[in-house]
Amino acid sequence: MTDISMTSAQSQSQTGKIVLRWLLYIALGLFALFYLMPLFVMITTSLKSLDEIRTGDLIALPREVTFDAWRTAWSGACTGIQCEGVRPYFWNSILIAIPAVAISTLLGAMNGYVVAHWRFRGANIIFSLMLFGCFIPFQVVLLPMARTLGIMGIAGTIPGLIFVHVIYGLGFTTLFFRNYYVTIPAELTKAAKVDGAGFFRIFWSIFLPLSLPIIVVTVIWQFTQIWNDFLFGVSFSQAGTQPVTVALNNIVNSTTGVKEYNVDMAAAIIAALPTLFVYVVAGKYFIRGLTAGSVKG
Amino acid sequence: MSPILDIKNLYKSYGTTEILKDINVSIEPGDFLVLVGPSGCGKSTLLNCIAGLEPITGGSISIGGKDMTHVSPKDRDIAMVFQSYALYPTMTVAKNITFGMKVRGVDQTTQDKKLAQVAAQLQIEPLLNRRPGQLSGGQRQRVAMGRALVRDPKLFLFDEPLSNLDAKLRVEMRTEIKALHQNLGASMVYVTHDQIEAMTLATKIVVMKGGVIQQIGSPAEIYNRPANLFVADFMGSPAMNLIPAKALRADDGTRIEITRKSGEPIVLTDTKNRDLPEDVILGVRPEDIADPDLRGSDSTQAAECLIDIVEPAGADTFAVMQLGGKHVTARLHAETTAKPGQPKRLSFDLGKVSYFAPETGLRLN
Repeated sequence: MTDISMTSAQSQSQTGKIVLRWLLYIALGLFALFYLMPLFVMITTSLKSLDEIRTGDLIALPREVTFDAWRTAWSGACTGIQCEGVRPYFWNSILIAIPAVAISTLLGAMNGYVVAHWRFRGANIIFSLMLFGCFIPFQVVLLPMARTLGIMGIAGTIPGLIFVHVIYGLGFTTLFFRNYYVTIPAELTKAAKVDGAGFFRIFWSIFLPLSLPIIVVTVIWQFTQIWNDFLFGVSFSQAGTQPVTVALNNIVNSTTGVKEYNVDMAAAIIAALPTLFVYVVAGKYFIRGLTAGSVKG
Repeated sequence: MSPILDIKNLYKSYGTTEILKDINVSIEPGDFLVLVGPSGCGKSTLLNCIAGLEPITGGSISIGGKDMTHVSPKDRDIAMVFQSYALYPTMTVAKNITFGMKVRGVDQTTQDKKLAQVAAQLQIEPLLNRRPGQLSGGQRQRVAMGRALVRDPKLFLFDEPLSNLDAKLRVEMRTEIKALHQNLGASMVYVTHDQIEAMTLATKIVVMKGGVIQQIGSPAEIYNRPANLFVADFMGSPAMNLIPAKALRADDGTRIEITRKSGEPIVLTDTKNRDLPEDVILGVRPEDIADPDLRGSDSTQAAECLIDIVEPAGADTFAVMQLGGKHVTARLHAETTAKPGQPKRLSFDLGKVSYFAPETGLRLN
């Protein structure tokens, strides 16, 4: 008797657990749906024709899938007087983002290495000032930066925008690398010095090979920041050097007459694709890198 | 022969804090110098100064007869083994060992030859393609030694290399380092806070405290004739008994009176040491207070003592009692009849006794 009552009590608690587990999944599923809703609307809308958008339901699936809007967004949509789509601006963004990410990451790694392992008088002050740089709002630097770019003769050019992004990103990248490198024991540097390696040799042969997780974190962070930047892009560019974010704004805001929602949506998705791509490819390193330091080499 | 390492009047300070004060040490080729002291005594800093990893504030360092005071670490002809081993985590064991040669531009054939030689010597051939993360503590230790050996330097520096190992492995590696020293005949400077390591390895010990050298000498000198109370207390395990006592002149030498909590004071006669001040601190090693049947030398004298605690330790049994207001440890043999709370006749050997001045802590005899 007791056996039977025991097992029934056990199976009861088992069912309870399963029900609870399912409730949890349902709740999580609902949240996921809620978050995915805007993306869903964007994608479906971009695949509909204008007629269908006007007559149909916002969240309905497209009756007829058409890629016309994507074609227009990529190479035909008008940004003001020019009608070349986002394509030239997309390339501008790539030309800005890739060098700016690479340079700011490399310089950040060097800075972090120096601040963490080549202590010099005033190192703390310099590091604090760099940290302070992270918290200066974009708007504050606009005017001095415009003046600086003017003096340097690179105002309105792509190198100018690269310069701005490198300077602004340096505080963050230095912080990332410094915090990663302080977890590397100082004895490693000492051993390398006794072995005869110099400043750059130690950086290149010992620190950089250890840095993959933090490089991934920094690249994702910097790429997202630079690619998604609008303020610097709109302030320090001129016709022909604008990044894709500025072009997107122009497409959406400067159309006259009928609003082409499908084209707007397609352009917005195109503009967001590279950052999505970077997250998907490097996302797991991102999480790992953020928790780095708890993991020993 | 000129000394292999000669440190003269070395000072080191960070800002206004003096870390090392007037350090003078020199060692001959083949010496094994151990720097020992409690943590924060400056021993590791001194080693870093010898390596050139820390600049010095004053004085000079010469290695192999050449002034190296302002020479960078790589040109000092030294090799160093670190406490954390400091192996390069992304390189294989082989690359770790050859990194220094690669940096100095040694050709590949020589590199391979030396690597094979060192790997055979330390029996780490099967590990050459592994990374440090895949090695055990003892194996990492060997690789770190290999990295130093391959350099074939004038001077080896060791910074507490055994402190990260478990007790058993530590003893094994200690023996191995000693064997290595004997086989190579190399000169070594070794930092440790473990006085047993210091005693077993050294040919010469430097005891440090607060950035000042307390005593330099052979292990036997340090053990038998400590220069002051600090050295007496620091070196030896269990520590030397330091008992406040009265020294009174007598015809046949000096009468030493030690007070006891209950009963008459213990009176011992020291025939060798005369002219001591009245107040002294008597330093007796635990092994010089023993069972009476064991010793028969003319310097031993027996006295009845009340045993408080008995601690069997396998080979020996330690008995703790109260003398002169201090805990005093005696090293008795394993089958001793001593029982806690009961009196026991013990023999005191004053042949190797030390006397210290209570005020200055300095040695008197």
